[in-house]
Amino acid sequence: MLNRYPLWKNLLILLVFLVGVLYSVPNLFGEDPSVQISPLRAAKVDQSTAITVEQKLKESQLTPKSVELSGQRILVRFEGTEAQLKAADVLRNVLGEGYTVALNLAPVTPRWLTAIGAKPMYLGLDLRGGVHFLMQVDMDAALKQAEERYTEDLRTLLRANKIRYKAVSRTSDGAIRVEFPERGMLDPAKELIGKELRALQVKVSESEALVEGRIGENERREIRKNALAQNIITLRNRVNELGVAEPVIQQQGDDRIVVQLPGVQDTARAKEILGATATLEFRLADTEHDVQKAAQEGISPVGTRLYKTRDGRPILLKSKIIVTGDQIVDASSGMDSNSGTPSVFVNLNAVGAKKMSETTRESIGKPMAVVFIENKTETRTVNGAKETVRKKVEEVINVATIRDRFSNRFQITGLQGTNEARNLALLLRAGALVAPVDIVEERTVGPSMGKENIDIGRKSNIYGFIAIALFMVMYYRVFGLFSILALAVNVLLLVAVLSMLQATLTLPGMAGIALTVGMAIDANVLINERIREELRNGVTPHAAIHAGYDRAFATIFDSNITTLIAGVALFMLGAGPIRGFALVLCLGILTSMFSAVLVSRALVNLTYGRQRKLAGVAI
Amino acid sequence: MEFFKIKRDIPFMRYGRVTTTISLVTFILAVLALGFKGLNLGVDFTGGTLMETSYPQAADIDAIRKVLEEEGIAEASVQNFGTSKDVLIRLPLKADVSSAKLSERVFTALKTHDSSVELQRVEFVGPQVGRELYESGALALLLVAAGIMGYLAMRFEWRFALAAIVANMHDIVIILGMFAFFQWEFTLTVLAGVLAVLGYSVNESVVVFDRVRENFRKMRQASVAHVIDNAITATMSRTIITHTMTQLMVLSMFVFGGEPLHNFALALTIGIVFGIYSSVLVASPIVLWLGVSRQDLMSVAAREGSADHRP
Repeated sequence: MLNRYPLWKNLLILLVFLVGVLYSVPNLFGEDPSVQISPLRAAKVDQSTAITVEQKLKESQLTPKSVELSGQRILVRFEGTEAQLKAADVLRNVLGEGYTVALNLAPVTPRWLTAIGAKPMYLGLDLRGGVHFLMQVDMDAALKQAEERYTEDLRTLLRANKIRYKAVSRTSDGAIRVEFPERGMLDPAKELIGKELRALQVKVSESEALVEGRIGENERREIRKNALAQNIITLRNRVNELGVAEPVIQQQGDDRIVVQLPGVQDTARAKEILGATATLEFRLADTEHDVQKAAQEGISPVGTRLYKTRDGRPILLKSKIIVTGDQIVDASSGMDSNSGTPSVFVNLNAVGAKKMSETTRESIGKPMAVVFIENKTETRTVNGAKETVRKKVEEVINVATIRDRFSNRFQITGLQGTNEARNLALLLRAGALVAPVDIVEERTVGPSMGKENIDIGRKSNIYGFIAIALFMVMYYRVFGLFSILALAVNVLLLVAVLSMLQATLTLPGMAGIALTVGMAIDANVLINERIREELRNGVTPHAAIHAGYDRAFATIFDSNITTLIAGVALFMLGAGPIRGFALVLCLGILTSMFSAVLVSRALVNLTYGRQRKLAGVAI
Repeated sequence: MEFFKIKRDIPFMRYGRVTTTISLVTFILAVLALGFKGLNLGVDFTGGTLMETSYPQAADIDAIRKVLEEEGIAEASVQNFGTSKDVLIRLPLKADVSSAKLSERVFTALKTHDSSVELQRVEFVGPQVGRELYESGALALLLVAAGIMGYLAMRFEWRFALAAIVANMHDIVIILGMFAFFQWEFTLTVLAGVLAVLGYSVNESVVVFDRVRENFRKMRQASVAHVIDNAITATMSRTIITHTMTQLMVLSMFVFGGEPLHNFALALTIGIVFGIYSSVLVASPIVLWLGVSRQDLMSVAAREGSADHRP
């Protein structure tokens, strides 16, 4: 019995090994402290921006390693963090509001590796430092807001249709109750609600002359979904202001949002900005004065105010506000039923509707603008001292001509494409009443702690591996060496797979790598023990090797499955960093089955396979 | 080099009563520790705020306590951690204060007192999230136990599955008991370690059971106890070597892993030591007492059909 692998099998193992090397190698290059510049809204980055950046840095005696323009952002690399921090301050002041200037750690992966998609592992917040927030949207408040809205609508509706009622109120259990003076009103009221407010499920009580409406389940689901989406949009806008290189803003479950801000240290500021408010104003546009003149002089004529649109053009609006954001009940995008063009449907509450109705009656044919206002705080470094500035950023997001007199419901048409309609609706909603969010979990890790954690993880792995290697080689000699080589391949493949998947590596994940290594060696111990046992029973070396691998495989398989079960359960139920651990555990088991059995066997075969008369093996 | 050259089978089953009694006593002690002292659950599970701050010089714990008291947070626990420069502050959940803002308030107060303080880490877990983490942790434990049991029942036979799960659940209880007794902090990471070790130490039973099945085929004349003894003896070398290797790695984490991996490594160590003991010296006697016989296993093997080539 000879121990040889067919050529294809050896080549396959070699191929897997090479791919493993290729994809794990980006992790060795390290990272450059860098500054990332990306445009906000209307601004653009191009070659000229890059040149400006370079010039300004030169003026401040800062020499970047490189200034790269890639797609929609500029990456400026530096030798050290000191230059990076200084440069960020300089650039923030020079570039102004149109850009986000964020600190980043840019991997130094050679271009040819990036080209084949080989990237270093994605480090979790506990390894790179940063803030993790879990925010919970107060859905009860969102529903309550909706119920109050319906109460208001119902009142307006009944009044408009001249149906007399005694009282319209919201009950404590979330129903909208209308009391009528007599039973005769019940049927017309029910019919009217059924026609106009379809989302309400109506219950009529004949004996007390009462109608109770409840928001239906579908509508409730819609309200919850909107409250969440609205908050995510608002948060995304805020995070842009924060200047974070790779933020994560994700929905989690039905009512939660995860916000991860790598590299952000100042949590107080992060919370402040995330919690900032946005609002909206509807104003009439001014058509009497010269916009260009006002813009050049910077003085707006009496009774008007100068604004800028999203793409930076100046515009004059009347000083008088028609309606503000908190009077907006809802905004959604869709198709105009008449023209079939994309449009945004806006609902106002009673107060807003009244004002809107008054204004539009007199202004048919005139343009009306929507101004989006954000209250934000900004910390800048001026002459070495930190300065916190609170400011209001105002932008005109839409200008439309008033076609008709309208009150609580109207639509904005003339939008360019469904995309614009959707964005406008989102912004309108973001400026409208927002369901409150609470931070229910926070994890902040300082940058030095992140480095320390990487160090801890690395050291644990390296020293553990060395200890195992020494013991294995001493105990099993040549076969021990094969086992260790196989184990090294296992680590290599595991790192390669983690890099390919761009899975988040956390400190528990690094502990997972160590543990997988410690457990994966079991397979080789099993095989080596079996070979020894066979040799002891007087079997020839070749037969012993063959039997050792053959018999051990079933056991290895069985025993790995149980660990895999534990890993999968942890992955399903674990949170945050634990998921990283579970993922590493599962992947490590899979790669170890390959390396422990195939790789070590290939090494054994290549060494002993050719010797027909094998007198003994070093085990 | 070879440590284990055992010529004759060691009669483990004869000591079955002793070994299981030892483990039963340990188990009861662990349950008592859990019952009377309870687990020292970390912020992950209880909810609350954990702040790690560091000073360039040795921190003045009393001064920090005083600052906190002035802030009206008297129930905070302040302690050194790692070095004398690092301070760990634990703030319990408070109903009336927005907890997310609490850490900021504390840090601002500390900064006013001593501007050189640096914030290393903040962990805040709301009460609901804490409860959820606790529940999903417990669920994960049950899921793992059920999954492993199902797999073993399918692969071997229900007696083996039952014995293995009894042995390994008893490991878990002992780890938890130790954590309760010494009041080591039980965090999410420790839980992950416990679950991993559950999957891992079942391996041990699997290896022995595999050998038992193989022996039933080979040793036609031997008694069941003898078959089991032989299986344990034959796999003992592998058991010890494998666990030594894993323990080397865990030891490396224990030594170099610092505070974040300290308790994780501790849980793994207890798990590994008791894992060996229980899966060999507890699981096997239980299998014997449950009355496993040659026929039981053969029929399972036969049902598996020709896929199973092992001699």
